Amino acid sequence: MKKNKDKQETRREFVKIAGRILVAAPVLSLPLILSKKTDIKGFVWQIDPNKCTSCELCKSSCVMTPSAVKCMNAFPMCGYCDFCPGFLRQGAKTYNTAAENQLCPVGALKRKFVEEPYFEYTVDETLCDGCSKCVKGCYNFGNGSLYLQIMHNLCVNCNQCAIARKCPSDAITRVPAEEPYIRKELKKV
Amino acid sequence: MFLWQTYLYAQPQRFPRPEFEGGYTFPTHQFLYQRGPLWEYMDVAVLTGALLATAWMVLKKRSRQGLVWISVFSLAYFGFYRQGCICAIGSVQNLSMALFNNDYSIPLTALLYFIIPLVAALFFGRVFCAGVCPLGAIQELTGFRQIRIPRKVEAVLGAIPFVYLGLAVLFAATESQFLICRYDPFVGFFRIDAPYTMVIFGSLLLITGIFVNRPYCRYLCPYGVLQNIFSRFSIRHMTITPAECRNCRLCESGCPYDAILQSDPCPAVDKPDKSLKESILYISMIPLIAAAFAVLLYNFAPSLAVVNDNVKLAREIRHEKEDGIKAISKNAVAFYESGRTEDDLFAEEQLIIGRFRRGAPWVGIFLGLSLGIGLFRLSSRKVRKDYEPDRGRCYSCAKCLKYCPVKINN
Repeated sequence: MKKNKDKQETRREFVKIAGRILVAAPVLSLPLILSKKTDIKGFVWQIDPNKCTSCELCKSSCVMTPSAVKCMNAFPMCGYCDFCPGFLRQGAKTYNTAAENQLCPVGALKRKFVEEPYFEYTVDETLCDGCSKCVKGCYNFGNGSLYLQIMHNLCVNCNQCAIARKCPSDAITRVPAEEPYIRKELKKV
Repeated sequence: MFLWQTYLYAQPQRFPRPEFEGGYTFPTHQFLYQRGPLWEYMDVAVLTGALLATAWMVLKKRSRQGLVWISVFSLAYFGFYRQGCICAIGSVQNLSMALFNNDYSIPLTALLYFIIPLVAALFFGRVFCAGVCPLGAIQELTGFRQIRIPRKVEAVLGAIPFVYLGLAVLFAATESQFLICRYDPFVGFFRIDAPYTMVIFGSLLLITGIFVNRPYCRYLCPYGVLQNIFSRFSIRHMTITPAECRNCRLCESGCPYDAILQSDPCPAVDKPDKSLKESILYISMIPLIAAAFAVLLYNFAPSLAVVNDNVKLAREIRHEKEDGIKAISKNAVAFYESGRTEDDLFAEEQLIIGRFRRGAPWVGIFLGLSLGIGLFRLSSRKVRKDYEPDRGRCYSCAKCLKYCPVKINN
């Protein structure tokens, strides 16, 4: 009886050690298997402005409220138009800076006179909620200098970006953390 | 009319760049960066430190009080300060995606987040669950009451994490979705900002957790499955009694997770030969169950593939072509704008379904093996002279320690 028990004990011990090796080996060999596919610096999410179709989902899909996506103006591309299709609402009765004529629902796009006949348009990022109405206007009727970017001081870098999951044009991708912005004006040059 | 105009003019530079006379300079953007990668490595260091501290607290100090404080720290640091991303639970998907896709490389921090807690489980049991995981910590700290769940219900609900893990790995491997991140219940609390569905789900879990402790860990957590398996082979593990068990049965009601194995000194084996025969029969059933699940999942693969956005879009477009139901989703609009051809899309759909077909049987085998081994364990009976924690299911929360009357005086 005692001998039988000892046998059972050693068998249990063997199963335990075998199991230990069986589970430990794959996990410990992971760094070797993935040695070529490991990135030390990591990734962040960014919108490729050339793929973006300004569908307005960036505003509502981000886990942050307001969204970490903000509008930017690529100044070297901007036409500095008096009649800015990103600034003025279509069908506005008069062309001035009155709130009812502005396309931006939160008044984040600011217009400043530079010299005749040019106006500078800057985005107040504290107001912008990334709704991309101005982006669409500028893309359709202007130079397309307004574009959306994920601001990395606001982005919490989710493991999977909630906007990327919803983005209909797959414009949001992982980019290397050292170069976290895709600047439209630089791409053109 | 406007549409026509849009197509007529090529996109860029409709209006020439102005030439300013008054010496105008472009305003500069502030391109703000995230905190550097160095900080992420500090997180890994904190993770390792917290794991060692928990192991010391559970195994050496045997102090529930100390463990609570470590939980508070983990909740504050990994939860509210680091806002829950990236966590070990989600890293499963990064790993799966990196293993089965050539165009994705896993961040080293994510890999370390996956490996380190598992290695810790192999040495000390589920110390990660005990005090380091922020999702575990928030439930641990809000579990005030204990309601025992009937064994059978517990066993059935306990099977959900296996399915969840299998599907999450499959979806990540096919680049379809990060299921675990999408249904993370508490990350919204950590950010104090979440969609209402997440708030409702998280709140329901927390309220349930007051009575049925750690509902996410027990009935959902996919990483817990791995912790469970690794912890079964752990080198050291928390014990209920500090010295010799007196079989006083006081600790029986002490575990809210029903993870205490009762003392069972003499198994009633009438005929050893018969039990051996039964064991062999049961063991030979395991591959059969695995094969059955593999076939089942293989046939389910095309239905599972719907979680992939491209497959969904392809089905919508096909519906439009064949049944005349107009495709109006934003994805369809963007698809028509992008100028991709339908053949391209349908080819990609077939590719993705093919990947699901290849991956799904392996998930089936995993599920079948887990079920088979689980059933086999139910049928076998082990001699136990002490009350001891079930190494797989015990979270090393140290709640049972105070029930043990055996004390060691220095």
